[in-house]
Amino acid sequence: MSDFLLEMNGISKSFPGVKALDNANLKVRPGTVHALMGENGAGKSTLMKCLFGIYTKDEGEILIDGKPTHILNPFDALNKGIAMVHQELQPILERSIAENIYCGRFPMKYNLFIDHKKMNEDTEKLLKEVKMNFDPKVKLSTLSVSQMQSVEIAKAVSANARIIIMDEPTSSLTQNEVDNLFDIINTLRKKGISIIYISHKMDEILSISDEVTIMRDGQYIGTWDAKELSIDKIVTRMVGRELKNLYPPKSNVPGEVILEVNELTSVSDKSFKNVNFKLKKGEILGIGGLVGAQRSELFEAIFGIRGVKKGTITYKGRQIRIRRPQDAIKQGIALLTEDRRATGIFGVLSISENVAIASLNKYVNHGFVLNNRKIDTLVKENIKKLSIKTPNSKTKIQTLSGGNQQKVIISRWLANDPDIFILDEPTRGIDVGAKYEIYSIIAELAKQGKSIVMISSELPELIGMSDRILVMCDGRISGEVAKEEATQENIMSLATKFV
Amino acid sequence: METTARLNKKAIAGFMQNNAIIIIMMLIAVYVGISENNFFTMGNFKNLAVNTAVRFIIALGVSGALITKGTDLSAGRLVGLGSCIAASLLQRPDFSSKLFPGLPELPLFFVLIVTIIICGLFGFANAAVISFLKVPPFIATLGMQTLVYGICLVYTGAQPIGGLRKDYTGIATGSIFGIPYLLIISVLCGLFMWFLYNMTKHGKYMYAIGGNENAAEVAGVNTGKTKIKIYTLAAMLYAVGGILLAAKAGGTSVNMGSGYELEAIAACTIGGVSTNGGVGKVSGILIGVLVFELLKISLQFLGVETSYTYIVQGLVIIIAVALDLRKYLAKK
Repeated sequence: MSDFLLEMNGISKSFPGVKALDNANLKVRPGTVHALMGENGAGKSTLMKCLFGIYTKDEGEILIDGKPTHILNPFDALNKGIAMVHQELQPILERSIAENIYCGRFPMKYNLFIDHKKMNEDTEKLLKEVKMNFDPKVKLSTLSVSQMQSVEIAKAVSANARIIIMDEPTSSLTQNEVDNLFDIINTLRKKGISIIYISHKMDEILSISDEVTIMRDGQYIGTWDAKELSIDKIVTRMVGRELKNLYPPKSNVPGEVILEVNELTSVSDKSFKNVNFKLKKGEILGIGGLVGAQRSELFEAIFGIRGVKKGTITYKGRQIRIRRPQDAIKQGIALLTEDRRATGIFGVLSISENVAIASLNKYVNHGFVLNNRKIDTLVKENIKKLSIKTPNSKTKIQTLSGGNQQKVIISRWLANDPDIFILDEPTRGIDVGAKYEIYSIIAELAKQGKSIVMISSELPELIGMSDRILVMCDGRISGEVAKEEATQENIMSLATKFV
Repeated sequence: METTARLNKKAIAGFMQNNAIIIIMMLIAVYVGISENNFFTMGNFKNLAVNTAVRFIIALGVSGALITKGTDLSAGRLVGLGSCIAASLLQRPDFSSKLFPGLPELPLFFVLIVTIIICGLFGFANAAVISFLKVPPFIATLGMQTLVYGICLVYTGAQPIGGLRKDYTGIATGSIFGIPYLLIISVLCGLFMWFLYNMTKHGKYMYAIGGNENAAEVAGVNTGKTKIKIYTLAAMLYAVGGILLAAKAGGTSVNMGSGYELEAIAACTIGGVSTNGGVGKVSGILIGVLVFELLKISLQFLGVETSYTYIVQGLVIIIAVALDLRKYLAKK
């Protein structure tokens, strides 16, 4: 009998031009939570995809219970007791919870009809195990993200999974939901199920996991008992060098008020209402709150993407109306959206095209002819200034890492020279090293007198970067915290004020 | 040395994969050229050039819709409408069965411009339905296809229109320094579209919408306005195609242009315009049309019956799209 439920030894995997995994190892004991850590591009997801049968490994062996195993595809993986709770959940929204759980392996009657009664009863039992009291016939689209995740876990349990891979399970959960997830994980652990837990959030890792494996550049760095580790030790091993400061020094001086918002209320009853705040020149204004506090919605409305029922926006002393993003851009407002892939990048287009798209008016000769050479110069300057790592300016943006994509989109707005930057979760899904670079850019912009609105769900980042923090809860501003008195506790208490 | 050799091998393999359908079709053409006597003749090439010229103009129109992840199924019927409007207003005064017997002789350019504008209005309607009513382009233009056909039937009374004026048919038959006017018009359309796609804001906005429409909206692109320009211009190009086809044939009927939208979509896809949006070049479209026409002529030379050529063309369309989508599937 082996000590390990799962062993992955010497796994290598190459893609055209990159060696994504180079002799990587992972050994998971039964009934433990095993954290897998590393910067973006370290190979964590690739390793998990090899385990789950999405990719075929080039070299190496996978042992389950000490026996060599070949995993052909995700269906095969599930049969062998491996389940994955995806980073981006892929549920069938318009079908019921029960159907989502049993899709592909419905319980049958006479091998001919689906046994709906059995399916629904079994689902109800499963849902109790993950602490959800729901009718199995409820459509998935009526659930929250965290509830969908619980359904996904229930699905893994129903398939008798002994290893459950969770890839960034908490990235869009509120604190209460995270606590709930941890309860579920603890129950699973007691039943002898092993969890492979991928996350960027250090404090979570330290509180939930038993062992931690760290990877860097596709290679195995080591495995440690979670009790021996601290955030500093993890970061040092992930980055391969010591990170002295998490945040760059700031030297910006907030000036007079540039933007004033009064009683702004959304057209949607469920969204923000009666919002008042002021933004100063050269200020970094942090916006805190839980997911669902309508922070993104508020600023998307200010940018003209969403509708406003009442309220005023005063900009540089004049009341303005913004109906669509073009109006906001003309006024000198920029918005870096929360979901880079959905509303930020043009995946199949080049870096050059991605940078220039919002400022083409500046490069027009004779009224309509574009000066492509001038655009190219601009793009090359930006690649250098923001140290974007890319072969050249014609490279497709989708081949870059998250941090570099984010820098490309920042360049897009820099090209317009706006006065206000609204940055919605600017470091989401970006590794530690690139985060510091993004913070430096933010600090530099503020120093130049630009006003920054930074919406963030990561409290340390909010406290580390902001001059002042507004906290939202349930569509309303629930309070303001000055930089000096900001602590995780007082922000959290404001964020849950109306809940 | 060894690594460069391996790189070259890889590059060649990649090229073969990306252009598989073009290579296969060229091989067919070469085979036909060697085995059949009259293939490599001036007459045949002129025929090919003239056929390609008109289809290229129509494909250029469809390409804008495809690049923005849409489609335009009304293309063929708008070609038909364009041909009918132009032909009905440009019949010889002494022709016995004129559609409008009392019609005076209208200036040629006036008629052509009116035709282009009327078709443009239908393109505008396409775009309005797509951008403002948010109807998927496939359905919107499918509806328009039938609607335009109906209008064309009502307008012509389902009668063929013949007896076209000499100055009108001259557009298709005439040439300067031995180069047919048709070819010159086609090249001008191609240059115009190349300029539009590469040197103007409109072009960049079009690629951006195809790349990611939501992101384009956030980046300040007026997506509605851009689509209106794309679909309107497309319909105007179909009108030009229709005008040239009627002039070339010396007459027209409601069935002119039927099915051309599929040929155009196929040609675009063969030429590298991705049905996933955001990708496509004018040079590629030209190659796509040329290769597709070459295939048709090759089949003719091989003596394949017309009925069978439809089967082959249908297969080519499906294979071209399947190969295109493979390029963008996650490489595993």
